[in-house]
Amino acid sequence: MHLMDLKKGDKAMIVNIDTKNQALKKRLYSFGVMPGEELSIKRCSLGRRTMEIKIDTTLIALRAEEASIIQVKPII
Amino acid sequence: MEKIVIALAGQPNVGKSSLINAISDAKLKVGNFSGVTVDKTEIAFIMRDDVSGKAYEVHIIDLPGAYSLTDYTMEEKVTKRFLQSDEYDIIVNVVDSTNLKRNLIFTTQLIETGKKVVIALNMSDEAKKEGIYIDEAQLSSILGVPCVKTSALNKKGLNTLKEAIIQTYEKKQTSSKVVYSDPIEEEIENIINFLNERHYKSTLSYRHLAVKLLQEDEETYKKMHDEPIWIELLPVIREGLQHIYLHTETKDIHEIFSDEHFAFAKGATMEVMTQQNTVIKNPTQKIDTVLLNRFLGIPIFLFFMWGLFQLTFKLGSIPMDYIDVIFRWFSAQAILILGDGELGSLVADGIIPGVGAVVMFLPNIVILFFGIALLETTGYMSRVAFLLDGFFHKFGLHGKSFIPLVTGFGCSVPAYMAARTLRSVKDRLITLFIIGFMSCGARLPIYVLFTGAFFSQAKAGNILFLIYIVGAFLGLIMAKILKTFVFKGEDEPFVMEMPKYRMPSWKLIWHTVYGQAKSYLNKAGTFILAASIFIWFASNYPKVEIPSTFNANQSKTYKLEQSYLGQIGHASEPFFAPLGMDWRMAVALEAGLAAKEVVISTLGVLYSLGEEVDENSKGLISKIKANIPFASAVSFIVFVMIYLPCLAASMVFAQEAGGWKYLVYLFIMTTASAWILSFLAYRITLLI
Repeated sequence: MHLMDLKKGDKAMIVNIDTKNQALKKRLYSFGVMPGEELSIKRCSLGRRTMEIKIDTTLIALRAEEASIIQVKPII
Repeated sequence: MEKIVIALAGQPNVGKSSLINAISDAKLKVGNFSGVTVDKTEIAFIMRDDVSGKAYEVHIIDLPGAYSLTDYTMEEKVTKRFLQSDEYDIIVNVVDSTNLKRNLIFTTQLIETGKKVVIALNMSDEAKKEGIYIDEAQLSSILGVPCVKTSALNKKGLNTLKEAIIQTYEKKQTSSKVVYSDPIEEEIENIINFLNERHYKSTLSYRHLAVKLLQEDEETYKKMHDEPIWIELLPVIREGLQHIYLHTETKDIHEIFSDEHFAFAKGATMEVMTQQNTVIKNPTQKIDTVLLNRFLGIPIFLFFMWGLFQLTFKLGSIPMDYIDVIFRWFSAQAILILGDGELGSLVADGIIPGVGAVVMFLPNIVILFFGIALLETTGYMSRVAFLLDGFFHKFGLHGKSFIPLVTGFGCSVPAYMAARTLRSVKDRLITLFIIGFMSCGARLPIYVLFTGAFFSQAKAGNILFLIYIVGAFLGLIMAKILKTFVFKGEDEPFVMEMPKYRMPSWKLIWHTVYGQAKSYLNKAGTFILAASIFIWFASNYPKVEIPSTFNANQSKTYKLEQSYLGQIGHASEPFFAPLGMDWRMAVALEAGLAAKEVVISTLGVLYSLGEEVDENSKGLISKIKANIPFASAVSFIVFVMIYLPCLAASMVFAQEAGGWKYLVYLFIMTTASAWILSFLAYRITLLI
């Protein structure tokens, strides 16, 4: 399951960041988007092209392409 | 006096610029406009140690905001390069206290450089409000570097920070350290022991050196590669890495260290930070429910843009009129003083209007950048990208491309400058290349003239609207083409922080606007001026004998026809013939390269009217109707829609794109597409 499968308000734990793009991975890491971290979905833009997530106190905007590489496990 | 060089580093939106402002008490040269000034700025001032009374000459290098030491963005590249290879004494790391964990990841990387580090826990007041308490003494002992709570806003902790800087400067070596997991610590220990045994001479501490070796830091490897110790050191490192790999899933040492940084930052945060479980009233989230609303978000933004657009071009037109009047007066005075000869003409028709053309755009630029700075510093700009990226990304553009593109409908000059808000070079270049497709205000009179001449009053408005829409649509298609064939390759990932909403700092906005205006005058201004003089020359030389039988109008036409510009027009007739245009239309278009306003006055001269023509003048409308076939007129309009923007805009384009070669590309692209589409329009209209 990845981030795009979640809905607004859902909470999840990051399991893996599935990309070969090291620069992107580092970028996500520097925002605190790392396996083991918890996040929540704040909102999606029209057509779900972009998504806003919250990790700790940081709000991060992602494109659908980037959101789909973040594999998560939902927290109920 | 001793000199302390400080590298000021921190993540974006941590209040770095405000802190530097507060600490130096001095005028900030130019504030960092995120995404714009990827240059570092330097501030120098004198600092006195209150205890010893010793004075220091302090140089602060304000580095662009970076999330980590990588090459991901331009800002990060500049910061990384400076920190790794420039000369400086201390890194002052500005940290956002309300976002400690994420900030500390960057801090660990800074500490690993082996330089002396001082940490400013900025925004401590805000943290207090949010119920966050940080034990800075504890953090100091964990990191081995002084940590000082500061608040740039309320000027708190600034003296303590100054003292910490001086004390750290006076120390021989840094005791900073990042603690890693046991397997890595073991290998660090091994390498340190090895270096100890060999009494290896190093400016860096052995610990920092060992970490760099394990991280496979390229610079360090290059340097040590030529030293005799290398042969023996290499097996130690190799064995160390093998050991580390036993404990991890991946064999990517960078990833391993990223994990380490994060674990360390997380651990340190847990140890030093306590947060009261009060429900924080976060205005940001509340504002976002409105501004980022799925349905209201875009209309609200469009309203803001409409307001900014109105301000820029309506309010801006007032000083522009005055500027115009003043420069006309200057020209008239110049003629009076210098006479009607060569020199008088050069000054009155070349130089003064040239300077005027430069100054003319200043009101637009100042107002527009005031608005953009406001959007940036309040944190709204990131939201704009979030809202619009879905649509623009389809065309290979970025959500933020919207602002320069819309500005392009007013004037291309500020629009090109507004593209600076785009961080990725690719996104910026594509946006720059298509701004010209958004028909600027100066092209409007040409459209009005032609639609007025060939369409009924009732239809003209719709046609005008159609021209604008088709132009914008062509631009988006062109963006897609550029993205597919020219700027191909992987999309730049879109991962962006949505900063908290903040009240704008007027001081910072002022510095941004001032900086933009200055850079426009300095860089683009010079070229606009030079090119204006060139155009003046081309339309006035060579001097010809005007037959005495000609009246004023005829002689004007004759002069223009014989000038270099006219000669070019005649020479380029074969180029324009397939588009159904004669040499007069060719000259008008070529004169339009200087400024689109000139197109109409040139047509006026060439079709033998007085000089004072505008788009409403009845005489010109009927002349055009009589002399230009309908199909040629359509072709002309299409050409005007697409071809190269005016001289001033072209100069600014070259500046913003980063080279003259881009202007050549733009010229080829616009001319080719203008020609092809005009040709099609002409042929199709002929068939109908």
